[in-house]
Amino acid sequence: MAIVASKLDPKEAVYDYTLPAGESWLHEVEQGQTFRILDLEGNQAVDTLFYNAHDPAERYSAVDTIRAQGNIYLSAGSRLLSSEGNVLVIISADTCGRHDTLGGACAAESNSVRYASDKKYMHSCRDSFLHALGHCDCGMDKRDLTSNVNFFMNVPVTPEGGLTFADGISAPGKYVEMRAEMDVMVLISNCPQLNNPCNAYNPTPVRLLVWNA
Amino acid sequence: MTTQFQPELALWEDTLPGAAHWSFVMKRGTALRLTDLEGGANLSALFYNAEEKLERYNMADTLKAQHTAHLSKGFVCYSDMGRVLCSVIEDSCGWHDTLCGMSDAALVKARYGEASYQAQRNAMHRNARDSMLIELGKWGLGKRDVVANVNFFSKVSADDAGNLAFQPGNSAAGDFVDLRFEMNTLVVLSACQHPLDPNPAYQPRPVKLTAWRCGTPDAADHCRNFRPENTRGFYNTELLFR
Repeated sequence: MAIVASKLDPKEAVYDYTLPAGESWLHEVEQGQTFRILDLEGNQAVDTLFYNAHDPAERYSAVDTIRAQGNIYLSAGSRLLSSEGNVLVIISADTCGRHDTLGGACAAESNSVRYASDKKYMHSCRDSFLHALGHCDCGMDKRDLTSNVNFFMNVPVTPEGGLTFADGISAPGKYVEMRAEMDVMVLISNCPQLNNPCNAYNPTPVRLLVWNA
Repeated sequence: MTTQFQPELALWEDTLPGAAHWSFVMKRGTALRLTDLEGGANLSALFYNAEEKLERYNMADTLKAQHTAHLSKGFVCYSDMGRVLCSVIEDSCGWHDTLCGMSDAALVKARYGEASYQAQRNAMHRNARDSMLIELGKWGLGKRDVVANVNFFSKVSADDAGNLAFQPGNSAAGDFVDLRFEMNTLVVLSACQHPLDPNPAYQPRPVKLTAWRCGTPDAADHCRNFRPENTRGFYNTELLFR
């Protein structure tokens, strides 16, 4: 795990917004800008998708990213690849050390499978994604939702091929920072999950900051 | 009740040459045996609800519902709608990769060099992503419908630090995997090599496909009872057919 601190000062950020748990966020980050997600209270999963801002059919590809770096976890130095093999963003700083890209986003339908049929009516990440896309007038819809990054989430794979949801390794004040290598649209669902012990059943806000190059 | 594969039950069979691509709608209650004819095959696969193709295989939901990073007997492939597209009812191979995606034109060119149709005719170098786009196009689908896929017959494991290792020899000549379809499912396949296959030669292997009428799963079904999550997933699926 690579721990790399940032030299950027929040006072110099050109954008600074606190996103409550259960809310979505769709925002363009321009090529060369640096984007930080700050885990304010610790162990909050931040479900995130990236798109080429000029052609959303080009988008984050978890499997291409995993294969190209030969490792399933994301951390400082990870290059997040698009479905066209281009670099969307590079993680330039990270004080958490490991982020998941296998676990995907919670959804009403998957909650009914994973937990219980009556969990279907609880708020979920895919609802947040669809809410953002339904309002964006950008031509994007459910077709554009694919395997996402879960910043600050810890989902280890065992050598035997198992998948485990481990306690988070994040903490209040930890952050991940990435430099945009092209103009990207960033779509976030700040996870509202109340059934998964990894956030102690307590979804919390995150702070989002952007710096110019 | 599920009828296991017997050669005399075959509805049809077909052999995909190495690197070929294929798509077909498999009906609920039918199954498909995929057979690695020579050993070392890789079959990249995508699955869609044939009646509502916006519903599609979801890697993350498949993995987390079953606490697995790979597929083998007992596991099922979930759609993004909490339903089961298909189930692995038999498997002589033991491990099918879900994490590594598929080859694309740049990867194949970098690793194996160029071999165009003009020069090589049907021995040209195909790649899995372009193959998938060709097949998806036949059903009105395209780039936005390409999601994380399954790679049948290939094994890639991760160590404790998350580093991936491709395991050669995972599938021998004659190894097979049987998929039972739980809804009418558009199946899209490419027989191109796995993107992490260390073989320096462009040597995609043929795969035989054999379909039979297997019936639908009963209450005692192995995949249904493999995990409590799957019991709920089959319930969600069967609501479509009541």
